[in-house]
Amino acid sequence: MDGDRRHLLLWFFAAATAVKLLLIPSYRSTDFEVHRNWLAITHSLPLSEWYFDETSQWTLDYPPFFAYFERFLSLFARLVDPKIVDLRLGLDYSADSVVYFQRITVIFSDLSLLFGVYRLTRKVEPLRRNLICVLVVWSPGLLMVDHVHFQYNGFLLGWLLLSVSFLQDGRDLIGGFLFAVVLCFKHLFAVAAPVYFVYLLRHYCWAGLATGLRRLVALGSVVVAVFAAAFGPFIYNGQIQQVISRMFPFGRGLCHAYWAPNFWVFYIILDKGLAFTLRKLGFDVQVPSASFTGGLVGDSSPFAVLPQITPLTTFVMVLLAITPCLIKAWKKPQPGLVARWIAYAYTCGFLFGWHVHEKASLHFTIPLAIVAVQSLEDAKHYFLVSIVSCYSLFPLSYEPREYPIKVLLLLLHSMVMWLGFSAQYTDEKGLKEKKEGGESKSKFEIGCVEKSYLMGLVLVEVVSQFLHPYFLGDRYAFMPLMLISTYCAVGIMYSWIWQLRKILT
Amino acid sequence: MPKKNLSGDGTAAPIDAWWWLSHKGTTTSFLCISLFALLIRSAVSMFPYSGAGTPPKFGDFEAQRHWMEITTNLPATDWYRNGTQNDLTYWGLDYPPLTAYQSYIHGILLRFFNPESVSLFSSRGHESYIGKLLMRWTVLSSDALIFFPSALFFVLVYHRNRAKSQVAWHIAMILLNPCLILIDHGHFQYNCISLGLTVGAIAAVLCGSEVLTCVLFTLALSHKQMSAYFAPAFFSHLLGKCLRRKNPILSLLKLGIAVIVTFVIVWWPYLHSVDDFLMVLSRLAPFERGIYEDYVANFWCTTSILIKWKKLFTTPSLKSISLAATVLASLPSMVHQIFSPSNEGFLYGLLNSSMAFYLFSFQVHEKSILMPFLAATLLALKIPDHFNHLTYYALFSMFPLLCRDNLLLPYLTLHLLFTLIYHSQLPKTKASSFSFTSFPGYVFLLRTHFFISLVLHVVYLTIQPPQKYPFLFEALIMILCFSFFVMFAFYINYTQWNFSSRFRSADKEKKQI
Repeated sequence: MDGDRRHLLLWFFAAATAVKLLLIPSYRSTDFEVHRNWLAITHSLPLSEWYFDETSQWTLDYPPFFAYFERFLSLFARLVDPKIVDLRLGLDYSADSVVYFQRITVIFSDLSLLFGVYRLTRKVEPLRRNLICVLVVWSPGLLMVDHVHFQYNGFLLGWLLLSVSFLQDGRDLIGGFLFAVVLCFKHLFAVAAPVYFVYLLRHYCWAGLATGLRRLVALGSVVVAVFAAAFGPFIYNGQIQQVISRMFPFGRGLCHAYWAPNFWVFYIILDKGLAFTLRKLGFDVQVPSASFTGGLVGDSSPFAVLPQITPLTTFVMVLLAITPCLIKAWKKPQPGLVARWIAYAYTCGFLFGWHVHEKASLHFTIPLAIVAVQSLEDAKHYFLVSIVSCYSLFPLSYEPREYPIKVLLLLLHSMVMWLGFSAQYTDEKGLKEKKEGGESKSKFEIGCVEKSYLMGLVLVEVVSQFLHPYFLGDRYAFMPLMLISTYCAVGIMYSWIWQLRKILT
Repeated sequence: MPKKNLSGDGTAAPIDAWWWLSHKGTTTSFLCISLFALLIRSAVSMFPYSGAGTPPKFGDFEAQRHWMEITTNLPATDWYRNGTQNDLTYWGLDYPPLTAYQSYIHGILLRFFNPESVSLFSSRGHESYIGKLLMRWTVLSSDALIFFPSALFFVLVYHRNRAKSQVAWHIAMILLNPCLILIDHGHFQYNCISLGLTVGAIAAVLCGSEVLTCVLFTLALSHKQMSAYFAPAFFSHLLGKCLRRKNPILSLLKLGIAVIVTFVIVWWPYLHSVDDFLMVLSRLAPFERGIYEDYVANFWCTTSILIKWKKLFTTPSLKSISLAATVLASLPSMVHQIFSPSNEGFLYGLLNSSMAFYLFSFQVHEKSILMPFLAATLLALKIPDHFNHLTYYALFSMFPLLCRDNLLLPYLTLHLLFTLIYHSQLPKTKASSFSFTSFPGYVFLLRTHFFISLVLHVVYLTIQPPQKYPFLFEALIMILCFSFFVMFAFYINYTQWNFSSRFRSADKEKKQI
């Protein structure tokens, strides 16, 4: 039985790998060169210069564990082609060797995702397990971001899922340890740190004075040990200031170049709308000189009417948004709800954070996949949110050659979700008297509002891809992106509110 | 894992991990699998095409582009005529008119978005991002519009009473045909159109609408003359069926009229004079190119290592010899179908006649393995093991061609994908009265073949052939594949004859399989 299950998971992974291999020649973003440069930095320079090197504009800005990971990969890179790890000669290197090498490292590192899913679904019944596997390993967003655009999200999310799986098993110390490891790989995961902190404190350390204190010390020392392993060498060299400044470059604007579909989109539009109306009404409203996306000397962004937003503001807002979840976690820490809380935390971080990339939507879509199979409402919610978040990733691969691929990935994912959820929630009666030609009625039905919203996505795509270039050409080039961001932001706000309600009830 | 018994025939139930895919009906699972198939095709399209970046001649991609150039710029009567504007030595049209019409339509599309890719003369050797993209999309759209619906038609007709999970497997086998994907979306060709029309014709036979069969098959023949590989099977089956009717002459007449009318409609521009017609025909059958070219795993090319056919005989006599050999090879299957036509026998007949043509015909290319392979795909549920081996050797016979096109990664990946999907659900075969596996040494023979082929894969990629025999490895690959194809052809012929002996006493008019 167990071997059967492992075979099936491996099968899913192998099928996904086949698709990933075929995606090797696809469009690569600058992230490809970023990671190649990090291979070069970690290989050619001593540790003390990793966070100082500026040979290329793509400086190291992830925590040290990721740098160690790149160092490990660079050992193989040098065997494949020494030019990859050359600091100067390898700049913008795009020969077949480096493309194949880097793409294949991403494919291999996805094994951590597979392991995370394996561990998470050990005690789940077969149909649900397969569904979770399909939703995570075949996630279209992950395929598009990791294997087209180029990143290592699968690898990192695998560690996160592993940590969640240990928490669900009740083994909190290891769960906390793994989360600390994830933090040292990519600090963006820290958004869920409050949830971990509260949960672990309440669930693990709240067990009587002696045991509690012992456990607290154990947890604390584990976390400190992980951070020491990561940052230790840099603290020793006195470089910690530089490392932190690289990791948190707040000189960037509130929004990324392609607006992530989060709350700030509405804020910006409201501000622009108000400024426009007030100007029309005769008030003297200053036109802001800088843009929302570009970096400035200061940390604030130019809003004409509404109050300025600073990184501190966003930090406070994210914390405020997570608070209901923290209260729930404190009152009643249940292992089964951890995935839900973590997904909620990442949703809040996505919606209210500073300089959020739309790629960050993966951080909550993947954990939500675990939750999606738990009930019918969860399934319906996941159906909507995963399609919206995948669609919001479309502008990332904007070349026409990848267009059929991303559209087909999304359509395929929607169809597989629909079939999978329908199968899971199919009528019990239909299941018993299953005949050859019979089709079973399913309880999985999408509501009218959701259906029309999803149809609206098609409309948005038609307008932004076909109607806008045909009628307006190159003018108002920001409009399609704004349209996509705003429309998707509506969906993600809905998801946030839904998740909040689900957590509170 | 609880197993649900979905098949009604009492055999052990296949793994039902795929129940979720097929529980909403055949058409829905077809749609889902076709989305995946289109995704794979789009991904393979990103890889190089034949003749990429190799002036002055380039390859099939340039040929197709050139045909779009010719058909959009010249009147129809001049398409096959050598002239100042149409130099037939530079990739002259050598497929029948339907290909020309299809090139015309695609050429109009290209001209709308990227005129410099089809402008007369100046677009020779045109290679650009948008040009390649548009060409790839024409193949993708042809596939989606012609091959996929025909496949759906076939699946719906063939699987009227079968376990749904097996239907999904079969759909995946048909749509994820690795050879077709690699040739059409990698190397670059439009086989999907003629094969799609052929599949439509086959489905029409299975549901009994013979006029539709004739129309579709004539269209397929008018798209690529290689569809004639299936002609004996169609002819013998329809003849056999007509002979069983109350009024055979009338039935034959009906079918004949359908063929002639379709033919006249398609070939209309070239039927105004005998000269025009012969001009087209001479382009379709380039006998001056010799009985074989390159290294294809058929009889003439393989035996030419020992018997130098080209030196012993002249081309006209070789023409007659190959014709005779082909007819002889397809004769058993034809005779069988004329005397006892049946739907299943027809499918075997398709496989037999296409194998016979592949092995013995004149001027066969490696890509022609697509024809027998398609017939085998349609029969995949009946001969799963042999189908598995055939896929492997069909792909292997095209391996040198694909390597020349830099399609090694798609080759390996599609192989992997095929293996994964094949093993996701092994259909149970009804035990046949005679199986080659009981033949002493057969399994050993297969295993040695496989081992040698693995070695040849590595050798071809890593070692340089000796100066004296620069095509040594291609020849070895050809010999290996040929020996498998011969064994396969024997087995299929035997199965078809065996089939009839089992049902000789039963009713000949089989309505369903």
